[in-house]
Amino acid sequence: MEQFAAVKRSKDGQPVRYLIVDDSVFARKNLARMIETFGGQVAGEAGDGLTAISEFDRTHPDIVLMDITMPQMEGIEAAEKIVQAHPEARIVMVSSVGYQENIVAALQRGARHFVQKPVKPEVLYEVIKYVMGEDGAVATAAGAGA
Amino acid sequence: MKMDLIQPFINAADAVLSQGLSGTTKVGNLSMEEEAYRRKGVAGMVALTGDIEGRIVLDLEPQTALRVASHYAGAELPESDGLIKETIFELANQVVGNAVCALNDQGFHFRVHPPVLLTSAEGDKTSEDVEALVICFETSLGNVYMNVALRHNKRRMSDHAVAAGR
Repeated sequence: MEQFAAVKRSKDGQPVRYLIVDDSVFARKNLARMIETFGGQVAGEAGDGLTAISEFDRTHPDIVLMDITMPQMEGIEAAEKIVQAHPEARIVMVSSVGYQENIVAALQRGARHFVQKPVKPEVLYEVIKYVMGEDGAVATAAGAGA
Repeated sequence: MKMDLIQPFINAADAVLSQGLSGTTKVGNLSMEEEAYRRKGVAGMVALTGDIEGRIVLDLEPQTALRVASHYAGAELPESDGLIKETIFELANQVVGNAVCALNDQGFHFRVHPPVLLTSAEGDKTSEDVEALVICFETSLGNVYMNVALRHNKRRMSDHAVAAGR
């Protein structure tokens, strides 16, 4: 898999920490591999929306990558509940069901961005940089950003 | 079955498989299903409800499923690995999700249900008003079969027509 210049937290130079929420183990592994190539760290994983809420409270990630179609509680509802409790939460919806209705609903309920599956690493990388904004810094070859 | 319902699924499968398997795919044989569906190997089914109802099955022979899952995992997986099933599920999800986006743009609304594993060798025979089309995608790792059985939900469609005519 392609390597990317690491995106670090600008406040302390530590790797960006991610919570991956998807009912598919395959999708979670795939995203975890991409995160690794971005220099990030998986803080936690969840297979449904309910677990995502408790995992967010436990791990306080910098970014949540959230699927939509999941058992128990779907991703848009989970995103809304997380943002209600933590307005600073950065949630990126990652779903194959990327039609306008879903995108608008997700953004209205607090998600910051939407990435269509199958995920292209270069697309997700750009979205991560955008969503992190000034709280993220792209490390240079000399290891800057720390 | 109307091709305008099927074509988005063919396009989506072609795109998802081409991107995921890093190679070109070719649409091979197309056949109408007349008898009960016979599973070829690892088969994931995604159901749709809404303006259009039915199901899509993505079905791979066991060795093809193993090669495809190993390709995605970036390592050789053992035949018993649960990730094989998960890979086929996720591929089915991505195909359906992408197709549904295209159909949604045409004004159809759906609910996509989480995928389930088909375990019996023989599935239900499709009913008279739900014909199934089986499409074979030839990939560098083997053939991927997609079985599509969809129908318009007439009640929902007439509800929409009434609402539009108000």
